[in-house]
Amino acid sequence: MLTDLTVIWALLLALSVFIYVVLDGFDLGIGILYPLFPKKKDRDLLMNAVAPVWDGNETWLVLGGGGLMAAFPLAYAVLLPALYPPIIIMLLALVFRGVAFEFRWRASSAFTRRAWDASFFWGSLLAALMQGITLGALLQGIRVEGRAYAGGWWDWLTPFTLLTGVAVACGYALLGTCYLNWKIEGDIQTRVRHLARRLGVATMAFIVAVSLATPFLAGEYYLRWFTWPSMLVAAPVPILLGLIALGFARSLFAQGRDWLPFLLALAMFALCFLGLGLSIWPNVIPPSITIWDAASPHSSQVFMLWGAGIMLPIILGYTAYAYYVFRGKLDPEEGYH
Amino acid sequence: MQDFLGLDAVTLARIQFGFTVSFHFIFPSFTIGLASYLAVLNALWLKTRDETYLRLFRYWVKIFAIVFAMGVVSGIVMSYQFGTNWSVFSDKAGPVIGPLMAYEVLTAFFLEAGFLGIMLFGRSKVGEGLHMFATAMVAVGTAISATWILSVNSWMQTPQGFTIGENGQYLPADWMQIIFNPSFPYRLAHALTASYLTTALVVGGVGAWHLLRGRSRNTGVRVMFSMAMWMAAVVAPLQIFIGDQHGLNTLEHQPMKVAAMEGHFESHPDGAPLILFGLPDQDAQTVRYKIEVPKLSSLILTHSWDGALSGLDAVPRDQQPPVAIVFWSFRIMVGLGFLMMGVGLWSLWARWRGTLYDARWLHRLAVVMGPSGFVAVIAGWITTEVGRQPWVIYGHLATADSHSPLDAAAVGTSLIAFVVVYFLLFGSGVAYILRLMSKPPEPREARLKDGAGPMHAAGLGAVHGESSERGTAQ
Ligand code: HDD
Ligand code: HEM
Ligand code: HEM
Repeated sequence: MLTDLTVIWALLLALSVFIYVVLDGFDLGIGILYPLFPKKKDRDLLMNAVAPVWDGNETWLVLGGGGLMAAFPLAYAVLLPALYPPIIIMLLALVFRGVAFEFRWRASSAFTRRAWDASFFWGSLLAALMQGITLGALLQGIRVEGRAYAGGWWDWLTPFTLLTGVAVACGYALLGTCYLNWKIEGDIQTRVRHLARRLGVATMAFIVAVSLATPFLAGEYYLRWFTWPSMLVAAPVPILLGLIALGFARSLFAQGRDWLPFLLALAMFALCFLGLGLSIWPNVIPPSITIWDAASPHSSQVFMLWGAGIMLPIILGYTAYAYYVFRGKLDPEEGYH
Repeated sequence: MQDFLGLDAVTLARIQFGFTVSFHFIFPSFTIGLASYLAVLNALWLKTRDETYLRLFRYWVKIFAIVFAMGVVSGIVMSYQFGTNWSVFSDKAGPVIGPLMAYEVLTAFFLEAGFLGIMLFGRSKVGEGLHMFATAMVAVGTAISATWILSVNSWMQTPQGFTIGENGQYLPADWMQIIFNPSFPYRLAHALTASYLTTALVVGGVGAWHLLRGRSRNTGVRVMFSMAMWMAAVVAPLQIFIGDQHGLNTLEHQPMKVAAMEGHFESHPDGAPLILFGLPDQDAQTVRYKIEVPKLSSLILTHSWDGALSGLDAVPRDQQPPVAIVFWSFRIMVGLGFLMMGVGLWSLWARWRGTLYDARWLHRLAVVMGPSGFVAVIAGWITTEVGRQPWVIYGHLATADSHSPLDAAAVGTSLIAFVVVYFLLFGSGVAYILRLMSKPPEPREARLKDGAGPMHAAGLGAVHGESSERGTAQ
């Protein structure tokens, strides 16, 4: 099976979406936390925690979009019209939030600075919500006829997608607190730790809720999770998730090893992602388009595999280096001269 | 199909795409040039240890950071606009253009994004050498990015190297032919040079503005003006030459686009006139009130007084591009190109006479021409893109057959949202940039006396935004 390029591309694309989710997840999450830190000094610090890396984080989203068009053009062509409103809102939200990184420092009055703070917060929150809604809409299935979207305007908006929207936003906020816990010290670190505990509980609740709702969306998901023998593959996921959640809770109460909660939160995300993958496999657009239906021709897959094979390790290398350069705790006193 | 404000979904999708991509391109056309300029300034600083270069680097890097951020966010929008607006096109052409755009992300966007943080915040963290490397990587990244996307665009203009599959998809047959399609080298050269020229004019305009305000003793002001004028003097004539070559290539592959640029409704079997100005009237298939030079168009395009040129009458009415738009935008671009060359030549003359920093009329002209690069670039793109109508993939896939199955109301609403948000946000960005430009590049007194040393003080807090490169010199 692994010699099937379509499968390889599905895995690679899933990997880049996952990398996007965790990297931009923590940086959108920090934006979502903004209202909880009203002091300018704290806000400067929060923004500076991601300023050198946010652009790189968002580039994974571009790879997700470009990669989907390249490897599964049919899926790209069906998905974007089907999710037109949430996608457009997400893009505009990302514009609002992205410019805030630069504009906030240029604002000449307290009023405009607060306006850019608001644009950072609302941009981050809306982008997270729309990404969650997109996920939910994908899970609940998209109506297709021929090679085009055939559903209605508001199909993407259901109680289930709202649930996934809020769940993702909550999860991003959790990642944000864990990242801050790692990068910041002192009084504000204590506060993010407290927040992380509460957000951790909320995120777990959302994970349970989404997991309980998903199998009942479509018969196939149900069969996959609750019948023998596919259960055998599926069952370890929630069990592992539970164990990691316990470890996560412990790490938040223990002192030291400030990177551990972030790492464990990433592991929780990874397991959720795996669970979702198990649900929809081998579809790229449930219920009817499989990865093989949507795949690009062989020559496109091969041509890109060269690029990805050579470039991805290099990219991961210098991205890691960029994080390494800005390692260590931020110093709040240095924040604003 | 229902309408929104009297426009159907396809028209709205076209307006939306044209609007978002035009806005996007304004930023890269500046950052491609500015990134290289910054790399040059930094290299000069490292080589000469003349504080002026570092001062200029610090001055322009703040502006760069703002423009780059706007380029990134408007670019992210673009990578989804293909799917939201042109889903049929994306499905059919995805196998060909998708991989090229994926290569753009893999080889260019990550490179820029990965090293941008180090370029902006990291000088004191990584040391001068690595910082120089990061700056160079950002500059290289912008150029690589332009290369891929222009290859995509050129393939849509002059497609080759593919077959058509049973499901209607364009299947790549020969990647070398796809990437190096006939119009690609010309378009790449012309668009990259356009970015350098645009940047030179902005830098020159800012320098001239400060010279007019009596800051000619500020070495930073003098150096930036002088560098920019050298660039304009060398690159503007080069650009006109490349533009001419580009036009010849277009004549070979897209003759109807050239006919629209020239305003030739009728074919001229024995020598076509050059229409300087006139009012194209597409319904009547004629150009009214035209001022023309006999035979000159044939001389330029075929290098012979009597060369035959076919006009728009060679194709049915519904295969003609909208002539007036193409005709006018082409004239705006070419007119500005010659004006830019004028600025460059004048600066050479002033330099030779030793009055480069005192020639007030030159400075005034340079200030006025500051934003002209952007106008020329957008005009050029409109010539290119509208001139290829009614095709998305020239000669193969019609624009009218490639749009998404969307309601006019949805596209219309999102179009309004884009217009409002872009003008609001990018308008603020431009205001901030203008404010930075209105201050001259000041030396950082004692802080810099002993080279990199004192920067460490600021640099320790380098992650804290307003720091080593950007903050302090407010
Ligand atoms: C500073 C910007 C600038 C300047 C001064 C010029 N151009 Fe240009 N031109 C562009 C910026 C540009 C551009 C934005 O970069 C375009 C759009 C697409 C492309 O490849 O380059 C373009 C397109 C473009 C095309 C369309 C080609 C096609 O679509 O197939 C032609 C024929 C020319 N140019 C010719 C010229 C000539 C003869 C010029 C001399 C006066 C000139 N340009 C000056
Ligand atoms: C190099 C990357 C570009 C690509 C791949 C690209 C692609 C496209 C596509 C797919 C369309 C829609 C189909 C059509 O109407 O033919 C289009 C239209 C258009 N593009 Fe581009 N474009 C690019 C760059 C630009 C830039 C930089 C501008 C800036 C002015 C621009 C201006 C327009 C306009 C005005 C239209 C609408 C034309 C019309 O529908 O009449 N394009 N382009
Ligand atoms: C429709 C076509 C286009 C698409 C889909 C597109 C997509 C993008 C995206 C996603 C980004 C952000 C990259 C990041 O995250 O760092 C970006 C930035 C950039 N684009 Fe475009 N782009 C288009 C047209 C163009 C054109 C015509 C050029 C140049 C000739 C260009 C040159 C650049 C450059 C140099 C950047 C770096 C950011 C900057 O300098 O502002 N793009 N583009």
